[in-house]
Order: sequence, then C-alpha cells, then structure tokens
Amino acid sequence: MAYAAGVDVGSTQTKAVIIGEDRRIAARSLMETGSNVVRAAEQAFAAALRAGDLREEEVEFVVGTGYGRYKVTFGNTQVTEISCHGRGAVHMFPRTRTVVDMGGQDTKAIRVAPGGEIVDFCMNDKCAAGTGRFLGAASAALDIPLSELGPTALRGERPVKITTTCTVFAESEVLSWLGKGKKIEDILLGVHQSIAMRSAGLLRRVGVEEEVTFTGGVARNVAMIRTLEERLGVRLNVSEESHYMGALGAALFALDHVQASRAPAAAARRAG
Amino acid sequence: MTWTAGIDIGSTYTKAVIARDGEIAGRALEPTGFRLAAVAEAALARALEQAGIGRGDVEYTVATGFGRHQVDLSDAQVTDLTAAARGANAIFPGTRTILDVGGQTMKAIRIGAGAKVESFRLNDKCAAGTGAFLEKTARYMGFGTAEIGPLVATSKDSVPISGVCAVFAESEVINQLSQGAAPADIMHGAIVSLVGRAVQLMKRVRMEPEFTLVGGILRFERMIDVVRQELSSEVNVAPGDLVQFTAAYGAALLGLSRLRKLRGQSVATEAAA
Repeated sequence: MAYAAGVDVGSTQTKAVIIGEDRRIAARSLMETGSNVVRAAEQAFAAALRAGDLREEEVEFVVGTGYGRYKVTFGNTQVTEISCHGRGAVHMFPRTRTVVDMGGQDTKAIRVAPGGEIVDFCMNDKCAAGTGRFLGAASAALDIPLSELGPTALRGERPVKITTTCTVFAESEVLSWLGKGKKIEDILLGVHQSIAMRSAGLLRRVGVEEEVTFTGGVARNVAMIRTLEERLGVRLNVSEESHYMGALGAALFALDHVQASRAPAAAARRAG
Repeated sequence: MTWTAGIDIGSTYTKAVIARDGEIAGRALEPTGFRLAAVAEAALARALEQAGIGRGDVEYTVATGFGRHQVDLSDAQVTDLTAAARGANAIFPGTRTILDVGGQTMKAIRIGAGAKVESFRLNDKCAAGTGAFLEKTARYMGFGTAEIGPLVATSKDSVPISGVCAVFAESEVINQLSQGAAPADIMHGAIVSLVGRAVQLMKRVRMEPEFTLVGGILRFERMIDVVRQELSSEVNVAPGDLVQFTAAYGAALLGLSRLRKLRGQSVATEAAA
C-alpha cells in the first residue's frame, strides 16, 4: 500500500501523521518543537515511521504545514495550516462548516464550504490574548500540569472574572486571585471562560455555522470544550485526533498528490 | 525638622522614600509579590533605618501606585500620575512631559505649572508596551532583568523586533538567535521597539520639552540614548536609582504639602479660637 504523510510544525508542538490509501491513520507522533525546528520535524516524522513500522521509502509524499512548514526540509511541498485544519476537520466530521483551532499561541476561526474549501478565516496574529498560551501562563502560575487544567476547572463553582487582556499579565492576575484566597478551581474556570469569550469573538467574525469542529492541542481540554460550547450555544465536534487535525489535513493533501501523479514521488525525492 | 514618607506600590517593585523637610534621607526597594501590606512595611522599615529614624518620627505618609489602596499604613493616597508629576517636577523643575515606564505599565504625562497633570495616556493592557516586554525578551535568551543594561551596552547594531506582542516576541527571538543574531543586538531591537511605542503615547499627550524619564527600566544608558534619538531632544534622567524612586519621592513631597496645609489650618483654627 502507498502511504502519504503530513507534518504540522506548530509553535509549541510538532505533529506527524501517516495515512494509507484507505485514508485511515496508519501512524502518528507528537513532540515538543523546541528551538531546533528542522530537527523537530525530522524527529516527528521518524517517530511516526517507527510507530507504524514503516520505512521512509514507503511514504510517497510529505506535506509540511504549521508555522514551521518551510523547515520541513524533507517535505515535498507546503500547505497553510488553515487549509490543513479545514481539510482534516471535514474529513473527520463531514458536516463541518466552522472550525475553531486552538494551538499553543494562536487561535483560528475557519469557515469551510461543504467540499472542505476555505471560505473565510480569522486569526489572532497581533496578540496572544485568549490563546493556548493563556492556559500555559495559568499552568505556570499555579504549578499545575497543562493536562490537569481542564479537569480542575470543571470542579469550579464560582468562577472569578479575569480582567487581564494580555497573556503576560494573566500570570500575575492568577496569582493575585490566589493571594485573595480564591479556590484554584474557581480561578481556572474563570481563565477558561475568558479564553472562550475571546475565541467566540474571533468565531463571530467569520460567522458561526454548524457543525462546529474544535481542533488543535487545546481541544483535548475538557473545560475548554464546555466553556466554549456554553459561550457559543452549540455543540462542538471533538475527536481523539483533534490535536492531529492539521497534520491529518496535510497528509490528505499529500495523498492527493500520490493519487494524482501515481509517479513514485519517493524516488523523485531521493533523486533530489 | 519634618519627616514625611512616600510609598509607591508598583506592579513589580515597591519603593519607599523618607524625606526630611522635602529632602531624601532614606530610600528602599522591594519586589512587590502578592503580600502588598507586608512588602510595603518591609520597604518602609528599611528606608526608615537608612534615614536613622523611627516610625513614630514620620508625621505624614502618602501611598501611591496600583497597590495604594491595599495597604493601611498611609495617611492619604494619590494616583501614580500625581506622584510622578510632583517627583519629576522637584528633581527637574523644567519638566513638561514625563515618560514613566514600569514593569506592567507605560504612561505619558504632560504637566503644567505647579506640577499639575494636564494630559495623560497610559497602557496597562498590553505587555508589549511595558517593561515586561524587555524582561520577557531577556528571559527568552536566558538573561535576568538586572542583566538587560550590561547586555545591551555591548550591542553594535539593532536587530528589528516587531514588538507587537510580548508572547510572539519569543518566536521572533528564537528565529533571530537561530539565524546568528547576537543577544545584545536583539535586546537593542526590543528597546527600539519599546521606545517607538513610548513616543506614540507621548505624541498623544502633545508632548513638550523638557522631557523627564521615570521608572527603573529607563536607567540603562542605551535606553536613554534611544529615547534621545527618537525624540531628537535631550532628556532628563535622575541620577543612579533615583529614576526608580521618582513617584515615591513625589508622594513624600505631597505628604509634606498636606501636612503644612493641615498645620496652617490648625494654627488658623487656634487663632480664631
């Protein structure tokens, strides 16, 4: 069977997905991007190959995406993360019309047509307020691992009102609420509500049309799902693969190339 | 001899000044943290010790800064604008425009006769326009706040840093480092970007010379150079760490004025009786 791969080099984490001609995920991997972006991309791809027990030659086409997509030096081409998240979300949830993608330091709202083409999108490119980094700041301030933020926040009953806009100042605000004797659960619920409010603002700029699919690393956070659903008044599609949606979309674009050409791209790649 | 105290509880540092008849006799600084009352007490105690007097000798205490309402050791509270204006005017009587860059704020203040605040603009919403931007930039490169000055002093050129967001600056800094840029030049670029924002804020208060700089981050020689260049003008900078104590000193002076007014009133009342 022929394989195609997508490597999504995000600001925080790098994801690789390998799919077969049946469009099913054959293997995937995840690692911290760190400062050596080229190496992160290589390692993520190598780890996915190992996970799927595949050889590099079996993967005929590789698409790079994410902010570091041009650092995927072994990739055959690049596709923007907007297109990849749209493609991945529609593949996973065919009735998707709106995608909200929350990553390490950016949030994107994407409107897609029934075929998965991008109709409109909006992202925070000037300011990190209300992005995954806001959760990172809370995690650092409260010394709670990122993975526990959601479950902890869901136990909150009386959320505090976070007034800080800037992610840098959020850390101080979180600590000052703690100093005032507020419960960690209530502070964290307030933090999630504040991010949900900002993300909903971004989504309204492209128009919220159902179904809405939530992608990106933050989609693993249960409290983020709930507060965003409450804020938008709609249910969100979330899958186990939400975190890999960009890489999956990239892999699907890669498979298009494989199927369109049927030429052994891996051989061409080896030839340079 | 009249002793007054000024305490400036800033977002990052708490500063205390003890003044004897309006002249600085003691000063101390503590990181603010989150126990504001305890920190204010500690800064005041050290300033008193330096002045060689006891708490009971201080006749009037004025608090300023964002935490001024959360400490109860003062007789009165004034805004940081009023305090900075009074302090800057005392140190440089020709001051008409003040640029005050704090850990989490940036303020441009235009003052008139008698240190009266005529116009001001502030940014306390976005870290990119505050001292936090430089602190974050330094930290991304593995340097502490105290190292910013010595680091940037070695800069030969400035690397463009967009300065649009203190969080996004991390990716920019990492990119620049991986392309071989020197940390000193990156720091220099961050300063140029911050000063650019400062000048925008100053334009909005319709700045007039003389310009006086206030705030700890503005004590670095390279920072002052960049401000001079951007304004095409000389700027007043209080010597040494006094630049950081300007608002606390202003608060102590406002305390002295209040006290004299109160005494005048009580003398008048006694005379009337």
